[in-house]
Amino acid sequence: MKFSDQFEARFTEMLGHYPTKRSALVPTLLYAQDEVGFMSDEVIAELASRLDLTELEVRNVISYYSMLTTKPRGKYNVQVCTNIACMLRGGEELLEHCKQKLGIGHKGTTQDGLFSLEEVECIGACSWAPAAQVNYDFHENLTNEKMDQVLEDYKKKGTQ
Amino acid sequence: MPDVTLTVDGKKITAPAGSLLIEACKSAGIEVPSFCYYPGLSLQGACRMCVVKVEKMPKLQTACTTGVTEGMIVSTDSDEVRQARKAMVELLLGNHPLDCPVCDAGGECELQDMTFSYGAAESKFAEAKNHRDEQQWSPVVYFDRPRCILCYRCVRVCGEGMDVWALGIQNRAVGSVIAPNQEDHLDCEECGMCIDICPVGALTSGAYRYKTRPWEMNHVGTICTHCGDGCKTTLGVRRSETGMEIVRGDNRDKSGINGDFLCVKGRYAFDFAHHQDRLTQPLIRKNGKLTPSTWEEAFELVGQRFREIRDQSGGSAIGVIGSNRTTNEENYLLSKFARVVLKTNNVDHHRTADFPALASALHGKPQKTASMRDVLNAPAILVIGNDPTNQHPLLGWQIRTNVRLRRAKLYIINSAPIKLRRQATAFGLLPAGAEAKAVAFLAGDDSLLDALLSGDTTRDAWIALREKIRAEQKLVIVFGSELRGRDIEKLVGFAATLTEAKLICLGDYANSRGASEMGLYPDLLPGYEPVAATKTFQQEWGNLPPEKGLSLPEMVESAKAGKLKALYVVGSNPVSRFGIDPFVLSKSFVVVQDMFLTETANIADVVLPAANAYEKTGTYTNTCGDLQLVKKAGEVSDTKSDFEMIVRIADAIGFDVRGLVPFGGGTHSDMGQTRGAQSGEADRHAVWLEAHNLEPKMTPFDPMAILDEVQRVVAGYDVSRVNLLAGNDQHLEIAESGASLIQPPELIVPANDDLFSSGTLGRYSKTLNSVCENKSAVPEVAAD
Repeated sequence: MKFSDQFEARFTEMLGHYPTKRSALVPTLLYAQDEVGFMSDEVIAELASRLDLTELEVRNVISYYSMLTTKPRGKYNVQVCTNIACMLRGGEELLEHCKQKLGIGHKGTTQDGLFSLEEVECIGACSWAPAAQVNYDFHENLTNEKMDQVLEDYKKKGTQ
Repeated sequence: MPDVTLTVDGKKITAPAGSLLIEACKSAGIEVPSFCYYPGLSLQGACRMCVVKVEKMPKLQTACTTGVTEGMIVSTDSDEVRQARKAMVELLLGNHPLDCPVCDAGGECELQDMTFSYGAAESKFAEAKNHRDEQQWSPVVYFDRPRCILCYRCVRVCGEGMDVWALGIQNRAVGSVIAPNQEDHLDCEECGMCIDICPVGALTSGAYRYKTRPWEMNHVGTICTHCGDGCKTTLGVRRSETGMEIVRGDNRDKSGINGDFLCVKGRYAFDFAHHQDRLTQPLIRKNGKLTPSTWEEAFELVGQRFREIRDQSGGSAIGVIGSNRTTNEENYLLSKFARVVLKTNNVDHHRTADFPALASALHGKPQKTASMRDVLNAPAILVIGNDPTNQHPLLGWQIRTNVRLRRAKLYIINSAPIKLRRQATAFGLLPAGAEAKAVAFLAGDDSLLDALLSGDTTRDAWIALREKIRAEQKLVIVFGSELRGRDIEKLVGFAATLTEAKLICLGDYANSRGASEMGLYPDLLPGYEPVAATKTFQQEWGNLPPEKGLSLPEMVESAKAGKLKALYVVGSNPVSRFGIDPFVLSKSFVVVQDMFLTETANIADVVLPAANAYEKTGTYTNTCGDLQLVKKAGEVSDTKSDFEMIVRIADAIGFDVRGLVPFGGGTHSDMGQTRGAQSGEADRHAVWLEAHNLEPKMTPFDPMAILDEVQRVVAGYDVSRVNLLAGNDQHLEIAESGASLIQPPELIVPANDDLFSSGTLGRYSKTLNSVCENKSAVPEVAAD
């Protein structure tokens, strides 16, 4: 299967960082997911053969990390933190609001394929709780209204 | 490395530096419980059962991952340690179902034992247990998830031990689960090692599950009847309506040459013994049809016809074909029976390796063969031809284990990219059939180099490979049946130029080597004594036919010409194996001893239902030349051992069976002393028995009587009887054998069995067949 040149460059560089090939698996998985969107069977087979691993070993690692997924997600993955700091400042209510707004539950994806929603553990933004992460971007000190705006912006961006 | 001294529970102990605390404690007689620790596999530190208190170290330490150090002070039995273990067991039991009364592992479960020894009497868990249904991963592997305690032993033995990597662990923390490589099923070698090594009943065997309880069986450790490696398999047997039923095969006490290992055949393929097609009545051809008869009638008829033919047409009109799966005693007896009773040298068997050529090349050169145990410890191994993973699974295991744990160097020369190359230091790919040329090249013949080029193995690679091999010390050279006759001689010559190199010749069946050593050849007697030259056997057996007899294909030719009037086939199926036209034998009187109505039995005039190797006592010689005891485990009534049948036929012919089997008294009073050791056969035997502290055997049907004679007469077989009876393997010295003779190489027909086939036996094993069907139903996956 074919990846982008950017992926190939990162992959080649990554291999040089470790004494054995298999050690490059975790970063490689993340790069591949960013590019493909999820860990498809094809991606798993390709990476297993590149790193001299069995497909089972690759699947084992994927299943260990909650950030890696074998199912397609929406274009924007909304991750709402409900750990202690965010919870105290309304993280759970925020999650509930997102559920209502998007009409999906935890790990759900909207019908248009634009959004998916996830309740996540601490994302390290406690000082600005409650916080949410959409793909790699952080949104902090959120209220229901702010969240609506965030979602609206992404919707616009996604449907342009 | 020097020893270090440490204190465990107030006791001063010493252990080699670098050893693990858990092992040091074990050798000092202090038990440290553990689940995940398994000697020979990588360290896991998963179960936390082996925690101990080490002074000056914070928190409790896992003894299985802590190395010993000088002056270490350890406590394995303090209140703190006891409490930690108790908590560990309680956590493990938190979700473990209490189905011990129906669990296969009940009674031999490590979790039960640990709970008994170290567990708490009560549990704080009141939550509902997380139940999951049992899954079937293959015809022989079942997985019961809630029983699993996540020790990772199965994952490690499958990956590191078998190099199959079919098991993994998915998810994490409390959601962790053992997973097969094909989502819901396994694509693997079906060895069942994962089941054997599972400390609980999470992995269970399709062949045994829910059949019986461990304590309701008797356990008999015997030698596997399939390939030539000689693994010990422990058969669990239970009384049944027709005798003793074999319910389970496993590796219970790990005491055989195979240690932890057993393959799919050794573990599951005992079920041919109870196949519904098993013959339990003698059959006599009457009006063209095989008709059930009594034993008396059958023996009477065979005896009478053999006698008539021998007396009227001479011994040369009778052919005898022996078996690769009967015991040494039976093979020796058959060889003797043919020569002494039938007066014929027309003796042969299905040859799968050229052992006579090895005997010839090593005649008088001691210490040149390696045992199966040597493969585990040799610093370097060279494998020429064969595919050990498929054809010699134990050999493959020994090599992999040696490479993994002792970093042995492995060199492989093969015409196919066999799986074992993954462990190889260097691999030379040959064109098909060029093995002999490779040997000549190794020995220094550079002119053959071009004939070796194949794939990406270049000239330089071959030369580098040869240099490396030549520099090895204590190299074990393993070769398959691709090498025969003079090529073996050449290889032995090459081995002699190396420092302390040893050889292993690979034959295909459980007792192929034994059949060879017991003289199932037209021109060789037991111990590779050539028929024409032997003095020993003239003296022991009396007058023997001096001319060499007919080989198997020659017997067929003779039958075609109408000269072979009788054929006696013991435990063999030549009609199918050699594609013999059944009509060729229609004029001959054919007697077949077998378990099933095989292609050969089908054309016989008399078929005698035989017992198999799991139903009798005797010895087997594995392909390396390791002698081991075969013990009777199962029993199917109305069958007889080949041993008994041969004796009964001799008796029916009118031969005094004392001349065949040395049994009974008669020389008790003088023990041969008054008449001297050279005065007669019985005396010589009695003197030998006396010298070896053995009693004369009381019946002609006791195979041990022939074992006495084999040990006395066959060169190299005089090993310790006590060791043999104790179930130990003993390596035989082929150098002491007779001069032997080079055999026509085309008489060797490799069995080409793989992991899931085993000649005729495989056809009647439902388990092997179900595994094969399952394999063909699942689309082939691109993997080794």
